[in-house]
Amino acid sequence: MDYFDRFAVPHPSPAIYASMVAIGLTMIAVVAGITYFKKWGYLWREWLTTVDHKRIGIMYILAALLMLFRGGVDALMMRAQTAIPDNGLLDGQHYNEVFTTHGVVMILFMAMPFIIGLMNIVTPLQIGARDVAFPRLNAVSFWLFFMGAMLFNISFVVGGSPDAGWTSYFPLASNDFSESVGSNYYAISLQIAGIGTLLTGINFIVTILKMRAPGMNLMKMPMFTWSILITNFIIVFAFPVLTVALALMTMDRLFGTQFFTMANGGSDMLWANLFWVWGHPEVYIVILPAFGIYSEIISTFARRNLYGYNSMVISMVAISTLSFIVWAHHFYTMGHGAMVNGIFSITTMAIAVPTGVKIFNWLFTLWKGKIVFTVPMLYSLAFIPIFTLGGVTGVMLAMASADYQYHNTMFLVVHFHYVLIPGTVFAVLAGFTYWWPKMFGFMLSEKIGKWSFWFITIGFNVTFFPMFITGLDGQARRMYTYSESTGYGPLNMLSFVGAIGLAIGFALIVYNIYWSTRYASRNISNDPWDARSLEWATHTPIPEYNFAVVPTVASTEAFWDAKKKGFKLFGGKVEKIHMPNNSGVPFIMSCIFFVWGFALVFSMWIIAIIATIGIFACMIHRSFEKDHGRYISVEEIEETENKLRGAK
Amino acid sequence: MKIDNSLPLEYSTEENRLKIFGFWIFLGAEIALFATLFATYFVLVDGTGNGPTGEHLFKVPTLMFQTIFLLTSSFTIGLGINAMRLGRQKATIGFFIITLILGLGFLGVEIYEFVEYVHEGATIQTSAFLSSLFTLLGTHGAHVTLGLFWGTFIIMQIKKRGMTPETTNKAFIFSLYWHFLDVVWIFIFSFVYLKGMM
Repeated sequence: MDYFDRFAVPHPSPAIYASMVAIGLTMIAVVAGITYFKKWGYLWREWLTTVDHKRIGIMYILAALLMLFRGGVDALMMRAQTAIPDNGLLDGQHYNEVFTTHGVVMILFMAMPFIIGLMNIVTPLQIGARDVAFPRLNAVSFWLFFMGAMLFNISFVVGGSPDAGWTSYFPLASNDFSESVGSNYYAISLQIAGIGTLLTGINFIVTILKMRAPGMNLMKMPMFTWSILITNFIIVFAFPVLTVALALMTMDRLFGTQFFTMANGGSDMLWANLFWVWGHPEVYIVILPAFGIYSEIISTFARRNLYGYNSMVISMVAISTLSFIVWAHHFYTMGHGAMVNGIFSITTMAIAVPTGVKIFNWLFTLWKGKIVFTVPMLYSLAFIPIFTLGGVTGVMLAMASADYQYHNTMFLVVHFHYVLIPGTVFAVLAGFTYWWPKMFGFMLSEKIGKWSFWFITIGFNVTFFPMFITGLDGQARRMYTYSESTGYGPLNMLSFVGAIGLAIGFALIVYNIYWSTRYASRNISNDPWDARSLEWATHTPIPEYNFAVVPTVASTEAFWDAKKKGFKLFGGKVEKIHMPNNSGVPFIMSCIFFVWGFALVFSMWIIAIIATIGIFACMIHRSFEKDHGRYISVEEIEETENKLRGAK
Repeated sequence: MKIDNSLPLEYSTEENRLKIFGFWIFLGAEIALFATLFATYFVLVDGTGNGPTGEHLFKVPTLMFQTIFLLTSSFTIGLGINAMRLGRQKATIGFFIITLILGLGFLGVEIYEFVEYVHEGATIQTSAFLSSLFTLLGTHGAHVTLGLFWGTFIIMQIKKRGMTPETTNKAFIFSLYWHFLDVVWIFIFSFVYLKGMM
């Protein structure tokens, strides 16, 4: 039995045991349900083996929504614990685990995949392509991310959660101070998911640079595609740093190397530097696509061209460059001297300039526009003032000398929630609602959507605004409790009330999906929002080849100009279309990656070696496989096209 | 599949062109990866603790053998690609085999060198300097090892299937990878060994 002791949770509580039972029952229910409805074949053929960018995108979004609720429950637990002084709901260890997993899950397993999901669905359509450059690789990306996320999520019932914060600073995350396997889970699951993300980056750079429709030069691309291109460049140059940092961390923890140790020449601050050299660009990986989404939505619902297209592009490029030279602002208090702090202070503040340009561009787009208040537009309109508040507090934090006051307080926590929630979360919710009809062929209820919008926006401000005050007053982040005499009690209670509002808002989104799936009208046009870019020029639902004829583009707003000025989009003749074949190997290989990761977490070397061989076997199989794809014939295309046209 | 006969075989289809371009982007990511490892090494190079320093460890003969093997292999793979462009299958395979043998020679010397280090009491656990040294060299060595397998499989495919757009595309991409390993070695040679011995 000793062998199995390692899988026990080191610091259990009734809630964790209850979760174990719940996870077990859910798994059994899912397997039983699929078997009962005989859906295994369907699941395998249509989803697990798919290489279609639209389906992969949908799977990304589903996984991201699941993770949103996992991270959301963590957040609620934190708010409940700190709602009253000296609360005993969670103890210190559990609180550490909860804020660690909240951070990791929300950034890496919610925000990133949600954005990558939208990017998968929309980008090839916006550039008039039939799929991404490497469809099979795209499936590998998704399944690696998914298995990484699953590996991370089982940590709290098998072996113990990571508890060193989402930044996992050394020496705290070393074996001396984090004895459980939790930090191994952190290093290895992020590594697996990170490889997937890197592959996505390569895939989309090639797709966008090489597969645009004829006539669409770079400066005619829709703004969302621009933001995705820049984001993927950041991914390709930032993620290798994370790969190395996590590998060094793994070696320190498993093989006794001395990278981040305190003795034998190691440097614990090296970790902080490596982490943030990746970590700060990561912030822009999740925010730039959000800017792209807002640009699309604001221009669609203000019924105006995007103001300042060129300056939008230039400012995004500027932000992406600056994002690589600001990392030390995360630890001004490390003590690297006035010179270094001064330089990083200036580069950080410089980011406010291109960001400000973008804010003004959106405002000028709205100026004199005929604004339609749909749910996506409401999120976009709420984003502008709230995000500005987050941005301005960012400039406050950028001032190195003042930062000694704010460092490690709730003020910092609110700052990044004020940028990430209206920035990324509102954007993905807006994009999700906006592109939903294109994905599924019906609209989400505007009425329920507006209710959830108001709950989320008001709930968000009620939750986080009080923390600006307690933060300036000195309330430290990551403290599981405080005494009554500090006076933080009432404002923290207010935060908890706001958090419940947020939770209701998110629950309403799920209800909206349920309600609309059952009752919403299927009789919608291909272009229900009267939108402007190419994804609305094809049918709803989208045929697997996206466009029967590749569109020809003559302006930035190709579809709008086709509608209003009579530009001809589809001039060519229907020809047979080459499509890639489905494959089960990406899924199988990622499952082996999961086993590999699990074995490494628990130092089970024999299983790890077998899994490594399995992974290489999958790659060798790919190398020797002859797969020339398949063709869809002209008759087949015309049949599909007539059917889709007839449905309208 | 449309084949454009005005281009070399490895560039002749759309899919091939995408793959080559994609691999260049991947090499960009690899540069970021090795740059991080080099940065780590530079930060920790003086963190020798109680262990030996680079000056004490680095030897000229092993270094010269490794360098000669790897640089020559980069030349022979260039000859291999040249033969491939001329459509000479046997010469291509021959040069690829020579390349891999030289790569194997490099790897052999590197493993010998690692064993020597360990005998002198310099293990990956001894000091931060040695951790970063072994990791940097080891990552490069692991890339070479992977390349040996990869190259072998490509030779097998050329032999079996002939010089098709697919096989030449794979061979060309492999040659990019191999040249890249050479470039990384030049940096290791200069900034790890030479600088360490001075």
